[in-house]
Amino acid sequence: MAFYLTKRALSLLMVLLGLAVMIFVIARIVPGDPARIALGPLATANQVAELRQEMGLNDPIYVQLWHYLVGLAQGDLGKSLLTSRPVMSDILQALPATFELVLATVILQISISIPLGVLAAYYRDSWIDNITRILSLLGVVIPGFVLAIILQLLASYYFTSFPVTGRLDPSLDFQANTTGLLLIDSVIAGRPDVFIDALRYLFLPAIALAAGGIGQVMRITRSAMIEVGSRDFIEAARAYGIPERVITFRYMLRVASVAPLTILGLEFASLIGNAFVVEFVFSWPGIASYGVRTILQKDLNAVIGVVLVSGVFFVIANLTIDVLLGIIDPRHRIRGAQKA
Amino acid sequence: MSSHTQLDDARQQRTLTSRQMAWYRFTRNPSAIIGSLIVISVFVAAIFAPYLATHPESAGAHVDFINRHSPPSWEFWFGTDNVGRDIFSRSLFGYRISLGLVVGVLGVAVPFGITLGLMAGYFGGRVEFIIMRFTDIMLAVPPLAMALAITAVLSPNLINAMIAITLLWWTWHTRLIYRIVKAQMSEDYVEAAKVAGASHFHIMFRELLPNCVSAISVKVSLDAGFVILFGAALSFLGLGVQPPTPDLGTMVSTGSEYLPEFWWEAVMPGMAILYAILGFNLLGDGLRDMMDVEL
Repeated sequence: MAFYLTKRALSLLMVLLGLAVMIFVIARIVPGDPARIALGPLATANQVAELRQEMGLNDPIYVQLWHYLVGLAQGDLGKSLLTSRPVMSDILQALPATFELVLATVILQISISIPLGVLAAYYRDSWIDNITRILSLLGVVIPGFVLAIILQLLASYYFTSFPVTGRLDPSLDFQANTTGLLLIDSVIAGRPDVFIDALRYLFLPAIALAAGGIGQVMRITRSAMIEVGSRDFIEAARAYGIPERVITFRYMLRVASVAPLTILGLEFASLIGNAFVVEFVFSWPGIASYGVRTILQKDLNAVIGVVLVSGVFFVIANLTIDVLLGIIDPRHRIRGAQKA
Repeated sequence: MSSHTQLDDARQQRTLTSRQMAWYRFTRNPSAIIGSLIVISVFVAAIFAPYLATHPESAGAHVDFINRHSPPSWEFWFGTDNVGRDIFSRSLFGYRISLGLVVGVLGVAVPFGITLGLMAGYFGGRVEFIIMRFTDIMLAVPPLAMALAITAVLSPNLINAMIAITLLWWTWHTRLIYRIVKAQMSEDYVEAAKVAGASHFHIMFRELLPNCVSAISVKVSLDAGFVILFGAALSFLGLGVQPPTPDLGTMVSTGSEYLPEFWWEAVMPGMAILYAILGFNLLGDGLRDMMDVEL
């Protein structure tokens, strides 16, 4: 297991390094002078030239890249072109909000889609199956921002207890300083009012973000359950007279959960992408809101940082899923170790 | 003698050509039928937008302050927006942008992705390593974040949005084709072609590619929906098509400023996006069932 994980981690680290190099090169070869962006249109050509020198923009691109990667290894993402604040500290400030949202989304996805998928497989071709089929289709085809807007609309008329913007009622006066996650910090600080309020704010964005994944994972769980159900070892278990409930949840689901988990990992990149739009609609103070803002301002260093951090999110999510798969299905870690 | 010909006639009538077989399967697949009807209607709406639109003048920077913020009615099917333009007519014109984006993106990304996938699967070794590692890297990039970054840096407009989406889209096709080709490489027909002295090009494009066609057509159909979604998301964030061009994502974005009172201004264009994506998805799902491919 440890050997397999090290191999996976190393190959994912390579992916991250490649990502860093690629984004850096793209950001440097596109038209648009970072020094000009930093100083604004009113600066003189001399000032721009001076700043270019200071920022090292006159060095060959591989020298710049080397400096950037060395900084990156020390956790330095450079400075914002507009505010001159270190990009890393800005991102760290916005990160917990996004992490909380994404975590809530994934928990929601797993806890809704896998049971429904199992149910659909169990009652195959019945009305339950048909309803989950329609629900999953809707979840997949509705654009995240359209769902977000519809939820906001419904909330403003019918579910007024769910706020449509922000992360916490400002009047509660609470600083999440320990982990940055409101739900955890409020428990640590012993503030049930904050906990409930945070949950209310989290609910709608998490639903809007989770819908697409729920639909997909539900269908995949269903087909995996049906496929596993016809295997010999399930027939054998039935022949032994093991209760159907135990067969479904202990034997079948264990094998069948490999496919949906793999898909969750692969789809994680698009989940982060959707978070950009959903955070934007709900004014969620996370990394995506920060990203959209810096992108609109053409703050190149910040943009590179945001894309990189999203890549890190993806890599960590996939490593976690690899660990889970290794626990669930021993064949996976043997195959993985051979392949990697 | 005569009975023999009768029997022959009967046999001939009962054997279906492969085209008839495909048509039969198609008519038995509700998802494919509904999907293709929706897709056809979207194409018709886009192509004949000037003739089908109830208020064609609304497509541009038209202003009609008397009718601004009118709710959906017989006169304005989807209602009107903040300057009194008919949202239904603008949605029809919006499909032109969406479909243009689909054709532009998939027209470049799919052939590119397929070629790389064929090369990686066919040559193996170092070529495979380089192509597939690069694909892995691209897959780790959140597509929307990357597209946002690219369009923002290169000034937001339709062409740049198209470039950004294309740059990210080929990866899934490369993976798909690579997997199929890998599985096909040990088949006899590949071996036979090699022994017969066929060129690399011939084996890749004339022998292997035809075996990928059904998977590609399913993928392209599903993709078309997601490209529409993607483009709409970009312009929703203000990084795609710029006003006054009628674009569905931009319309949702503008309309959302007038929530909740004038809900139709955001919801109706949103539903138009949903309709198109739904069509392509149903079609893709239907094709997948018909051709029995796994993606």
